[in-house]
Amino acid sequence: MLNVSNLCINYGNHRVVDGVDFTLGDDEILMLVGPTGCGKTTILQALAGLIPVSDGSISVGNWTASSTKMVPPEKRNVGMMFQDFALFPHLTVLENVSFRQKDISLAKHWLELLGLSQFCDVKPTQLSGGQKQRVALARTLAHQPSYVLLDEPLSNLDAALKDTLRWDIRQALKEAAVPAIWVTHDQHEALSIGDRVGILKAGKVQQMASPEECFSQPANRFIAGFLGEAAFLPATLTGNQATTELGPVLVQPHGSVKDGGNIDVLIRPDDLVINHSGAAPANANVKWSRFEGGSRLLAAELHGSQRELRIRVNHENSVKPGAQVSLAIDSSDPLAVFTEGAE
Amino acid sequence: MKRIPAPYPLALIIAIAAVLPLLVLFDLASDASDMMGDYNLRILWNSLLLTGLTVLGSVLIGVPLALLTAYVRLPMPSLWLVILASPLAMPSYIGAFTLYAASGPTGELAQLFGISTPVLDGLTGATLAMVIYSYPYVMLTTRASLKSLDGSLVNAARTLGMSLPASLWYVVLPRAITGIAAGALLVALYTLSDFGTPAFMRFDTFTRVIFVEYNAFGLAEAAMFSLQLMAIVAVVLVLESRVKGAREKPGKHLELWPKRWHLGLAAAFVTPILILAIVIPLLVFGIWLARDGIDHFDMTLAWNSGYASLLAAVAAVVIALPVAFAAMSGRFGKLMERITFLGFGLPGIVMGTAMVYVGLQLPVLYQSLALLVFAYVFRFLPLAVGSVRSTAEGLDPSLVKAARVLGAKPKEAFWRVTMPLSMRGMVAGAALVFLEAMREMPATLMLGPTGFETLATYLWRVYEAGYFGRAAIPGLLLILISAIGLALMLSGERKADLTVAKEPK
Repeated sequence: MLNVSNLCINYGNHRVVDGVDFTLGDDEILMLVGPTGCGKTTILQALAGLIPVSDGSISVGNWTASSTKMVPPEKRNVGMMFQDFALFPHLTVLENVSFRQKDISLAKHWLELLGLSQFCDVKPTQLSGGQKQRVALARTLAHQPSYVLLDEPLSNLDAALKDTLRWDIRQALKEAAVPAIWVTHDQHEALSIGDRVGILKAGKVQQMASPEECFSQPANRFIAGFLGEAAFLPATLTGNQATTELGPVLVQPHGSVKDGGNIDVLIRPDDLVINHSGAAPANANVKWSRFEGGSRLLAAELHGSQRELRIRVNHENSVKPGAQVSLAIDSSDPLAVFTEGAE
Repeated sequence: MKRIPAPYPLALIIAIAAVLPLLVLFDLASDASDMMGDYNLRILWNSLLLTGLTVLGSVLIGVPLALLTAYVRLPMPSLWLVILASPLAMPSYIGAFTLYAASGPTGELAQLFGISTPVLDGLTGATLAMVIYSYPYVMLTTRASLKSLDGSLVNAARTLGMSLPASLWYVVLPRAITGIAAGALLVALYTLSDFGTPAFMRFDTFTRVIFVEYNAFGLAEAAMFSLQLMAIVAVVLVLESRVKGAREKPGKHLELWPKRWHLGLAAAFVTPILILAIVIPLLVFGIWLARDGIDHFDMTLAWNSGYASLLAAVAAVVIALPVAFAAMSGRFGKLMERITFLGFGLPGIVMGTAMVYVGLQLPVLYQSLALLVFAYVFRFLPLAVGSVRSTAEGLDPSLVKAARVLGAKPKEAFWRVTMPLSMRGMVAGAALVFLEAMREMPATLMLGPTGFETLATYLWRVYEAGYFGRAAIPGLLLILISAIGLALMLSGERKADLTVAKEPK
């Protein structure tokens, strides 16, 4: 169990992390995402004890660190994964994993579990990027940390490798049953791996919730846009129904929107369906179409408001730019709404 | 057959002239009587002992300071760096002179504060003076090497439960060993070739003994000692060329946040060094200045220093041009450039011995200023060559191509494009040679025409005559000149860093 309360970090007079609170359960994975400079890596370094905190506290098991009580990294029993792997170049894989350990059985266990047994006596320079990061993971877990910090562990790897490796890391963390905080700037990584996602901007947590909730009910427009393609369609609210240019739609009202008031509905490309058979009257014309492999992303301009919406369709559905189509909202879950003009 | 590049013939002549001093020594030393007697062995042992102790002391001080300035987040970091590197701006013989004069029961410190300190001379005094003026070499090379290391490894070691000091010892220092070695070898080279420090401290090393033999008309013995010294220097130079760092992929810099008492500890470590290296010399000169006034100072000293150094600076740049351009046009040219670098490894006292002999053989040159200027030029030529070459190499090659396309012949393109654009490097090179020649002491003592006193030689005369007070103004001027030289060199290095950074990886 990891408990962070009101964590603040200053560089000089500049506050780079401001009032971060969360508690992490025993095998929970928290993803921290945000644009460059939002303070996510700084939080990680503070949790590791590599930089001092200015206010608030961090506690894990039998210790608590605060601005007045610094606990050095070596006393924290923390595991850390680095962007550049940070394997000791002068030690073999096994020596790296069993660093400062007399008993190498745990090292062997994790190396085997991660499919690295045949590399035990090899120096890290001879390994590929993916193998290096697996070794780093084995090293981290073989030391039975109380919590694990991952600093963009996949950012130096090929795209093809990322997908499998991120899932392998997740499975290993779950196997080790250890709380983990994983920093990334890749929203797909954040949404697919995390039990919880925390979105940061300018040192402040904007929202911290399950990936599903962050994606479908973002707390503000910044989050809506950061986690995926987002468009906002004006509507008027009646109960839990909103009337838009594309017809009525089920929404999730919250405290700050008024019944009968003007609102914006969050529309993602997957919330729309397209019909170009001519059965329904056309209400938009296609501007461009982008092939994405398994799917196709279209941009269409509504006839009424001239607003541009994006729609994701099956790749077999080849609509040409200029085609007149009929768009409709198709979502079984209620959509997120924002007060008109509010952030 | 390929055409011979235009600067080659001139460069070849210069390269031959550069090896001349060494050849002269071999000829001269053949007349020496005995070799490797007890006396000789004692000198050898003394030189090696002083060098070894100086290297050890410089590493013990330089490495912790490198860690401090490279990794610890200090308030005003560049100020710390400048202060800690400032002993480089003091010719070590001036430090040795003032430390010698300040210490002891009748020294200046005893007279001023009533603190009686043991006399600083002999091995102790020479080692102390050498260490406090040469540790910055180790500090700077080690720091550069620490800065190139990936800091994540230390963070990894610490999160795996290793304490910070242990991480620095086991994870950082083994990877910085080449930087430390490079600095240590520089210190060894400097210690072996320095004349002033052991001379002022009355400690018999090769450099001091060569001067003593020279004064006793034992030129052959002086040459023999010179060759022995050169053999040791050659070993150090070979070692230095072997030091190659395994380059690491650069990563994040390590940063350590110090507590208040850590900073206090650092300051407590640094303060005594700076008091010895900077405060005491300035204080001693200040006392002498107050006691003896400035009336006795003879402006011809400064004029002589400046005159000879200016001649050397201009000559060095003119000679540097063919060498630098030869080095840029082919492998043989590079070799000739290497040969002219010989002078830098040649201690001033050795250069002086060789040139004295040349003067004896060629009566035209005997006791002439030309001989001294020749010694300056070949000793400091590498500074001018390096400066000219780095500027010329930094030029955009398409400028010459543009001149050629506009109808200029290679020669015209060189004179109208390359040369004017290399002017900056020539000026910088001349300035470096000028400042180095100003502070040069042993060769000047041996080669200066009779009655020709410079700031540096005057310092030696007043030391020998015991009129210490008169050293104040020449000493302070020499410190000022050295400080300007250091600032020039550091700013040049910063520019060199930038050009390296721009190269494609």
